[in-house]
Amino acid sequence: MSETGEFFDEMLGPSGKARRPYDEYQGWFEGEDIARLRRKSAEAENFFRRTGITFNVYGQEEADERLIPFDIVPRILSGREWARLTKGIDQRVRAINAFLHDIYHRQEILRAGRIPVELIEGNDAFLPQMIGVSPPGNVYTHIVGTDLVRTGENQFYVLEDNARTPSGVSYMLENRETMLQMFPELFGKIPVRPVQDYPTRLSRSLSACAPPATTGRPVLAVLTPGIHNSAYFEHSFLADNMGAELVDGSDLRVVDGRIAMRTTEGFRAIDVIYRRVDDDFLDPLNFRPDSMLGVPGIMDVYRAGGITIANAPGTGIADDKAIYSYMPDIVQFYTGEKAILENVPTWRCSDPDSLAYVLDNLAELVVKEVHGSGGYGMLVGPAATKKDLAAFRAKLEAKPGNYIAQPTLALSTVPILTKAGLAPRHVDLRPFALVSPEGIDLTPGGLTRVALKQGSLVVNSSQGGGTKDTWVLEE
Amino acid sequence: MLGKSAGGLYWMYRYLERSENTSRLIEAGFRNALTRPASSADEWSSILDAAGARQTYLDRQTAFEQPRVIDFLLRDRSNPSSVLAVVEAARNNARMVRTALSREVWEAINECWMQLKSTLARQVSDRDLPAVLSLIRQQNALVRGATHGTMLRNDVFNFARLGTFLERADSTARILDVKYYVLLPSISHIGSALDNVQWENILRAVGGHSSYRWLNGPDVTARGIAEFLILDSRMPRSLAFCAAKATANLSYLEKEYGTRHNCQEQAEALVGRLASTSINRIFDGGLHEFILDFLADSAKLGATIETDYRFYG
Repeated sequence: MSETGEFFDEMLGPSGKARRPYDEYQGWFEGEDIARLRRKSAEAENFFRRTGITFNVYGQEEADERLIPFDIVPRILSGREWARLTKGIDQRVRAINAFLHDIYHRQEILRAGRIPVELIEGNDAFLPQMIGVSPPGNVYTHIVGTDLVRTGENQFYVLEDNARTPSGVSYMLENRETMLQMFPELFGKIPVRPVQDYPTRLSRSLSACAPPATTGRPVLAVLTPGIHNSAYFEHSFLADNMGAELVDGSDLRVVDGRIAMRTTEGFRAIDVIYRRVDDDFLDPLNFRPDSMLGVPGIMDVYRAGGITIANAPGTGIADDKAIYSYMPDIVQFYTGEKAILENVPTWRCSDPDSLAYVLDNLAELVVKEVHGSGGYGMLVGPAATKKDLAAFRAKLEAKPGNYIAQPTLALSTVPILTKAGLAPRHVDLRPFALVSPEGIDLTPGGLTRVALKQGSLVVNSSQGGGTKDTWVLEE
Repeated sequence: MLGKSAGGLYWMYRYLERSENTSRLIEAGFRNALTRPASSADEWSSILDAAGARQTYLDRQTAFEQPRVIDFLLRDRSNPSSVLAVVEAARNNARMVRTALSREVWEAINECWMQLKSTLARQVSDRDLPAVLSLIRQQNALVRGATHGTMLRNDVFNFARLGTFLERADSTARILDVKYYVLLPSISHIGSALDNVQWENILRAVGGHSSYRWLNGPDVTARGIAEFLILDSRMPRSLAFCAAKATANLSYLEKEYGTRHNCQEQAEALVGRLASTSINRIFDGGLHEFILDFLADSAKLGATIETDYRFYG
């Protein structure tokens, strides 16, 4: 492999010998026949198709439902590595919730001059409708999916905070289920911490955030944009596993100051709604008037304490890419501690000096749109052609405030199984943290995304990325 | 449960039942064509009638040629009742109500859709037709089996079964309606035995030819067949059987929800009418008229169920 040595490989490490967490796995793997593993891999794909674990692709009629490729080599983290990540995420998530409460109330952080006022005032992700609103339990981000990357034995960086409606948790669960079915013997040998109780934890955590109007056991519902949404499988999966109803806008209306769903026995009030619909579409009376996906009037019910919306409207202001670069300050400001997890160094192109630097070094940098997601509208300098670079340069000069730039990180690799055996590929990691008044609960695992193309640094499923099961070891 | 989910389940199982019924109709037509090719066009025309697809067919075609009719019934996407179209609709509904289904049922319907989608991707040759028709029924049986073996007997199950029985009763009634002239006294009266092939076709179209023989021996009469398909509550595709089952599903819902709805009155009235009549009375009043009344009642019942349980709003 041309890349050995250049990048940190999580299985083999710098010496080419298996690192501790992979010790047992490596031993097992060497005793296996590649052909058998390849067959298993095909079986896994079959299993995903049969169970309908697919995502929808817009505008492609025949390939309507696609599978996210699954690789059978697990990504393994030691108990110690996990403990550190847990501390770091816990700290960051606490800071994000404190920040959101502050930004929609007294705005101390702006008064203290720690972040510029323009960044909030001129930002579409800031919802004036949330000013002065305190969500039940003061929880803003009930679910956070922090994107992490790694560049060395002890270097982890937070790439994005995903405080709106992070997706992918169904893959964490189904990938594990698949591995358990295919390689039960491995789980007998290696102490992998279970993830399967995530839906129970989620339902408990959401119930703990029930609004004042709740009587009796909280009624939960998952709000989906509908059967054609790319993550519909996940919405139904989570509803099913939490024992919650899966609703869309047409099932809901305001009845007696509550949000109620149309059941076979009439309208029934919902206490907590886990919405997988963006803020803009949540309430046509308060946001986009043309939205068919939301519930007219839900914001008024929300403000009156009739429903809990998870995540709270307006949390996007915390995971905005322009705010991202201030996260170390935000953590410091609200927790009084230095951030445990590092940010990737970031140049804000709105700043003329930074812009000049970025333009001079475009071929070495990754440039992202402030409001983009899914790996679209992004430039990976080292992989770009001269034409790409010139086109991006023009965009940057036209609207510098729309962009941030970061160094191209030497993302760690984990092997995948190819025809020729194991081959290293770049990965990232999205663990899922649940927030309730009782605390922050991080499920030991997460979604590992892997770039399947050799040398590629883009792991997004919409751009040809795959997934792996993520193992956190007991020890 | 959500009104939308109840509606989704009800239609999922109606569509599935329809795919099975259509495959039986095709089988009956195909056998007829093999044994008496001269009457083939008439037979296909009446099969399209029974499938409720005659007009859609004539919008596109002029002659009742076997390969065209079969293709239309099996896989034409412009025919909303083609096997492919209804299986796709059933599976879409299943996705919509997935949280109400057991994993086994979901996998069975998903598998059914994948299998039939690939099998019906191309026109089916005569040589492959029997295997394809039997695949359709097998896949249906797998979904049904998973439904019976793994689903809670709650409202979900009862809405699913309601869809099955209403669709099935409709289908049996329409087959009888299309074929009623074969059973008319004017033909059988003269003492000549009923046309063997014709009656076998009717029984075959409802999958009941061997049960009929088992119950009635070799005595095949028009009244015997009509009685079997309308009033015999042992026959799982008879009108009486389906009406009684649907009524039982509705009483279950009454018990579970503690509310009695209009649809229940209608269903009970339907069961009452079937119980208090006899095959002679039906023939005296006119078989065709009787069936038309039944179809109208069953359509009304379906509409009332939709309103009573808030399928749409």
